[in-house]
Amino acid sequence: MEYESVIGMEVHVEINTQSKAFCSCSTNFHAPPNTQVCPVCLGMPGVLPVLNKEFVNKAIAVGLALNCSIAKWSKMDRKNYFYPDLAKNYQISQYDLPLCQNGYLEIEVKGEKKRIRILRAHLEEDTARNTHDLGGGYSGVDFNRSGVPLLEIVTYPDLRSSEEVFVFLTELKQLLEYLGVSDCNMEEGSLRAEANVSVREKGSDALGVKTEIKNVASFSGVVKAIEYEVDRQIQTLQSGGKVIQETRGWDPDRGVTFSQRHKESAHDYRYFPEPDLVPLAVSDKWVEQVRQTMPELPQTRRKRFQEEYGLSLYDASVLTSTKVMADYYEKTVQLGADPKQAANWIQVELQAVLTYENATIENSPITPEHIAQLIALVKDEVISGKIAKEVLRKVFKTGKSPEEIIKEEGLVQITDIEAIRKIVREVIEKNPSQAEQYRSGKDKLFGFFVGQIMRETQGKANPKIVNDILKEELNK
Amino acid sequence: MPISIKEVICTKEGFTTCASKILAGYRSPYDATVVRKLFDADAILIGKVNMDEFAMGSSTENSSIKLTRNPWNLECVPGGSSGGSAASVSAGECVISLGSDTGGSIRQPASFCGCVGLKPTYGRVSRYGLVAFASSLDQIGPLSRNILDSAVTLSVIGGKDPKDTTSVDLPLPDYLEKIKQGIDDNVPIRIGLPKEYFTEDLNKEIKDLIMKAVQALEKQGAEVVEVSLPHTEFAVATYYIICTAEASANLARFDGVRYGFRHTDSRNIIDMYKRTRSDGFGAEVKRRILLGTYVLSSGYYDAYYLKAQKVRRLITQDFEKAFQKCDVIIGPTSPTPAFRFGEKTQNPLEMYLSDIYTISVNLAALPAISVPCGLTQEGLPVGLQFIGKHFDEEHLLSVAYLYEQNREKDIGFPLL
Ligand SMILES: [Zn+2]
Repeated sequence: MEYESVIGMEVHVEINTQSKAFCSCSTNFHAPPNTQVCPVCLGMPGVLPVLNKEFVNKAIAVGLALNCSIAKWSKMDRKNYFYPDLAKNYQISQYDLPLCQNGYLEIEVKGEKKRIRILRAHLEEDTARNTHDLGGGYSGVDFNRSGVPLLEIVTYPDLRSSEEVFVFLTELKQLLEYLGVSDCNMEEGSLRAEANVSVREKGSDALGVKTEIKNVASFSGVVKAIEYEVDRQIQTLQSGGKVIQETRGWDPDRGVTFSQRHKESAHDYRYFPEPDLVPLAVSDKWVEQVRQTMPELPQTRRKRFQEEYGLSLYDASVLTSTKVMADYYEKTVQLGADPKQAANWIQVELQAVLTYENATIENSPITPEHIAQLIALVKDEVISGKIAKEVLRKVFKTGKSPEEIIKEEGLVQITDIEAIRKIVREVIEKNPSQAEQYRSGKDKLFGFFVGQIMRETQGKANPKIVNDILKEELNK
Repeated sequence: MPISIKEVICTKEGFTTCASKILAGYRSPYDATVVRKLFDADAILIGKVNMDEFAMGSSTENSSIKLTRNPWNLECVPGGSSGGSAASVSAGECVISLGSDTGGSIRQPASFCGCVGLKPTYGRVSRYGLVAFASSLDQIGPLSRNILDSAVTLSVIGGKDPKDTTSVDLPLPDYLEKIKQGIDDNVPIRIGLPKEYFTEDLNKEIKDLIMKAVQALEKQGAEVVEVSLPHTEFAVATYYIICTAEASANLARFDGVRYGFRHTDSRNIIDMYKRTRSDGFGAEVKRRILLGTYVLSSGYYDAYYLKAQKVRRLITQDFEKAFQKCDVIIGPTSPTPAFRFGEKTQNPLEMYLSDIYTISVNLAALPAISVPCGLTQEGLPVGLQFIGKHFDEEHLLSVAYLYEQNREKDIGFPLL
């Protein structure tokens, strides 16, 4: 029997607001433990939550980007369970009236486009963090993260392979980065993905028993865990066994999923409407205001880059992979650089320098102005392409502009025909036997002469002029 | 102005124990909004006062701190849960006390101790700093010897608070000014008497005193109409589903992890939770947490919690209909005068029924005030309850003041 996998995702996104979801504490939870706290996020007696509007704005933006409908009326609910990282022993979340519903995200796998439907995206608050390495048999709780805003995005079980999951998560992450609503750092927990995995006979409409994979710290981990889990379920069924509905963890060292909690011991969260918060009414006007502030989204931008700048799908995809990169590219083009040259310089030369220097586009001193200037200098034959690459490395090191560096180091290209002719003649005179061999048909030696001339000029001679004059002189 | 404050309202000064062992010695790191407003108006806190643990009870017998007696008869309870507030005002220890009212907890003790107790409209006064029992029903209000003092206090503590999103942004009148202006003689006052409140269950003595009060108002030109609140009989059941559900979540934070009492001799975290909460909470609080957990549980939610919310809406609609025929509803505050210690502690249901006339008001989020209207033959005070329209404390207080000015005789104060 042939099987297919059926996968749905639940993604928790930490929203990067200035203050927490329900109080005015900073969301900088990496500060020393329990310094970003107040009576509200500590769950002290008598406190009340106040919903952060910036949180709602950012959640609406995500909802719109995921083609969701934004509920005119939604409400917050209490999700009850006891755990030391939960200050009130209930989490403020949304149960039956989420803010965003019924959207989709388009993905492309092996040249085929597919819509992954979004069931809902709802507001909730993050928990504190427990630490168990304090010694003395005690555990500690750091409440800095308590009440940090979270958006939980839930898909329909529309994904059919780990590859689709990877593309989906990559697209989603890109979208969130474009919107500027989250740091999207999986290792630090600002993006947490859980997968609901089941298998069924290929072509069947029925859903198999699912397991839920939690606590995976990277995209590649999620993909590997899903691959393992699908194989495990198929093997279980093929050997006459049954898949049990349960929560499973992922052990990255052994590369296996393992049972964490059975359905029978699942929590009854006893959800009920949060009486401390009035219902959330979102007007059309409010939604429109958020829409106005939204940047162009990656898929649209990718398409536009192809059309407007004549880029290939590949180049457009690389350049739009992050908003920072895409903005950088467009700035360079706006400064007058040829779109294709700019694409090449940013993807190849700039990338090479950044990789070598172990830097990123954000923290690099090389600006779009620098790139545009270099492209112009090459185009105007002030410097050669080869020198330009060296200049770029020097821009990174010194932070000076290409023009300054060229001036300081005397790198201006020699384009004076008579000056070049003088050097060409000298080189030919110094190498009479090579000149003789060339003239008797050994064409390869042309390169030898170019090399000698470039050495004489420290690479500053215009290569095209060198070529022309060298040919002239050798063929005399 | 010397004031006392119920132990359930947070003050940096003194303790905020909610009369519970689980918060023994607890000091709040902040002042409740109402406390800050009172201090800004030069109030002087003379003490925090006793109550039923977490405001759950009708006699202040559920306190883990001390016994509070009724100044009119030391063998009787002061009512509850704001028993300490009522007793401190009645005994002349302070001019005003702040209490909290979830199902009658200001009005019933005011009635038992012969003072005025005002429960404002839900949303009129900030709940920030009121340790929550049932968030959708709780409201802070004043207890005082007369209506003017309560009116002044409401003008100070009322108004929108950015820290409480359920508080409402409506103009806050200067109630004292408004009340003194009196009611326009040209507009007749229409008083509604709900037929469901005057049944066989009502103590005869109390009924007579209420009717006398109604006559006094009629003499002042009030028009009396009969109204009906048909869902009254479901109020107690509805209330005990909603308030316990909310309480079960609100009291979950008392777990020994961050503050208050922690059982130190436990094997692991679950054990610590269990022992801390078993030892820290009193019987009534545990009973309500269990009830609330039950009504919210999967499989029971629709039958209990959701149904109760529907009935709550019907009860609110009863009042809306009644208020088409009248401006203020009048009835008893409590079906009995103050009872003796231990008289009802063995039967929680009987205790719950002492709030039968006050509970509906919280469910419908209305303002109401209890005003003394006489003494029983045994010499115990009886309270008359005025119920007003949403956010119309102005009219409510004016009518109550009209009564206070024209009642047959002032009951005076207990001789201690
Ligand atoms: Zn905080």
